[in-house]
Amino acid sequence: MADLAFAPTPEKRPDLSQPQHAYVRMVRQKRVYGANLLGGFLLLLATGFHVAETRNAGDFLSGLPMLGAFPSEVLSEGWANRANVPGLALHFIPSLIETLNIAAVSTLLGGICAALLALLSTRGLAPFPRLIPVFRRTMDALRALPDVVIALVLIYVLGGGPIPAVMAIAIHTSGALGKLFSEAAENADLKPVEGLASTGARWGQRIWLGILPQVAPNWASYLLMRFEINVRVSAILGFVGQGGIGADMKVAMQWGQGKYDEVVAIFLILFFTIVVIDRSSDWLRTRLTKGAHHG
Amino acid sequence: MVDATLISTVSTAFQRRKWLAIAIPALVLAYLFYAAASFDVLGVAGRARMDNAQTFLSDFWSYKVSVIRDNRDGKVLAAIDGDARYSFAPDWVKTQNDVTQIDLGQGHLVTYDAQGAHYVVPGYGTIAISAPGGKITLDAPEPLPEWISASDTRVGVTTSAGRFIYTKSKVETQRFFAGWELFFFTFDSPFYGKSLPDLTALALWDARLDPAQPNWEAMSHDFMTNSLWHHGDVLWAIFETLLMAFLGTFCAALIALPLSFLAASNMMPWRVPRFAMRRVFDFIRGLDALIWTLILVRAFGPGPMTGALAILMTDTGLFGKIFSEALENIDEKQVEGIRSTGANAVQRARFGVLPQVLPILMSQVLYNFESNTRSATVIGAIVGGGIGLLLTQAIQTQKDWEDVAYYLILIVLMVIVIDWLSGIIRRKLIKG
Repeated sequence: MADLAFAPTPEKRPDLSQPQHAYVRMVRQKRVYGANLLGGFLLLLATGFHVAETRNAGDFLSGLPMLGAFPSEVLSEGWANRANVPGLALHFIPSLIETLNIAAVSTLLGGICAALLALLSTRGLAPFPRLIPVFRRTMDALRALPDVVIALVLIYVLGGGPIPAVMAIAIHTSGALGKLFSEAAENADLKPVEGLASTGARWGQRIWLGILPQVAPNWASYLLMRFEINVRVSAILGFVGQGGIGADMKVAMQWGQGKYDEVVAIFLILFFTIVVIDRSSDWLRTRLTKGAHHG
Repeated sequence: MVDATLISTVSTAFQRRKWLAIAIPALVLAYLFYAAASFDVLGVAGRARMDNAQTFLSDFWSYKVSVIRDNRDGKVLAAIDGDARYSFAPDWVKTQNDVTQIDLGQGHLVTYDAQGAHYVVPGYGTIAISAPGGKITLDAPEPLPEWISASDTRVGVTTSAGRFIYTKSKVETQRFFAGWELFFFTFDSPFYGKSLPDLTALALWDARLDPAQPNWEAMSHDFMTNSLWHHGDVLWAIFETLLMAFLGTFCAALIALPLSFLAASNMMPWRVPRFAMRRVFDFIRGLDALIWTLILVRAFGPGPMTGALAILMTDTGLFGKIFSEALENIDEKQVEGIRSTGANAVQRARFGVLPQVLPILMSQVLYNFESNTRSATVIGAIVGGGIGLLLTQAIQTQKDWEDVAYYLILIVLMVIVIDWLSGIIRRKLIKG
């Protein structure tokens, strides 16, 4: 009898003598809940938007017509000087390469650190199982720090140039990729590792021969995805800190009228590069994860 | 019995693998060497400002108390960070007539007197400075070690106990202490210097210090308006950053949801609008957050709304793509069942499609909200809103590194808390 004390009271049970009635009532109740939830959520959004608007320099409605003003100003000047644009685009190629190099090097370095961290924090593979939580929390902390913030601090210490940017992006990347890598490694089949262990293979050999061939396609796909993200980040880093195409863009934007053809040229090559990288990495990733023959 | 062709294919495959296992790391290494050369790594080692690193690290965990004498009027001031607003009388500084004695601990003794100043460094000797008529002369055991920098106008000494700087206009001694001083209450608050049990007692049951308001109210007011740390403003900035991420992500989801129906091949039978919608999403995503931010700042001015709109723009493109892919992968049978009852397109979408995809979409939106709390910090730095603005300002002044440390810790905490919360909600959503 005691366990019936918390059972629903008889009145609250749906009246099954009229099933349709009970069903309609249930649906109606569900809809009222849903509508209330949605209404509350929309109200929250509206209030939040209002708060943000009052803290903003310009308000939404008066800014809206201005939205096209700046792009059209830039584009019209760019169009008037369109003869300059190809030359300028070529002129900015070296800084574009610098931005891409920053992204690639930081992805590689971050990827190497991430692989180590992931292997150290994956159950079944970790050489020091007791330390798994330590490495996991380390990855969480590395991931939590925005890369631009790390870069600003490092620029102060190391001076300008691409090195602080690389270090900053690599730090964030090792945390972000480490998590994805360790999730992939957790799903790996441990039988090859056991087989290798039975032949007396050391930890490094077990990982190199037993785990890496299994996770390589997934890891490579994550690495490519991160590279896409890091190209964008390194452009932003240039804008906030220094170096690469972002810095050129900042200079050209701050100069304002008269240099808008440069802005157009930089926009164009940056947009083109990002699209090309996104597309090719999309293609490569499907090939990697679905296999060359089936894809 | 052994198939010869099998052996040869397997061994060539093995050979190829072996080559790959060497070639890929070798290529990566070669690329890194090229990058190191093009980034001028060795030059950076020369340019690195280790003294900056030291200031940064020491500010991170310690604060300094400066004892400053104005050499023109002889006034002595002991204050936190050398800021006259936070002056006090430390017990390791003794002033008698014109002579001030500063005990830096570990046997380090600094004395300011009418002729100048001297600093007794244990194991080295006495550094004596006299400045009659403004000309600084230094008398210290030769040869001068590298931790003493001396010129005609300035003498600086850095030891493990503190820092000592003598210039024509003033002489300053800095002593460092662990911790962030005045973090909770400044000197003008009645709660300054009270221990945690005392504060708890005051907040909960002790008599009111100010009869006009309860103690806990006065306490939170003094904490929030702390003139050194500005906790109120900082917390507001954190809120603003979260607000930007929240508004941007969820508004983008609301906008992208109906649009993604237009871009899904099983929802939109006509090719042209579908293709156009997809290209719009691609364009929005391709144009990158940075460019959207720059365009929006010109139109709406700096502030959190601009930041929210920047996140909204990029995420609309991203959600449009993700949502339409999710819509293409639904189970058509449910839709067919609804269609058989004579439902129109909106009803089919509402009852046949949405219940299937909503948990996946919500979990995607929450995942993006997580990553947007991070990017809102960065976007805030560009558009001038939230904690990103405070952080870049603090970094650019290159002085208040303890503030930078404080903001960094808050950002990490904010991100971890949001990750954790959204992780819980996402697991609930997926399990149902």
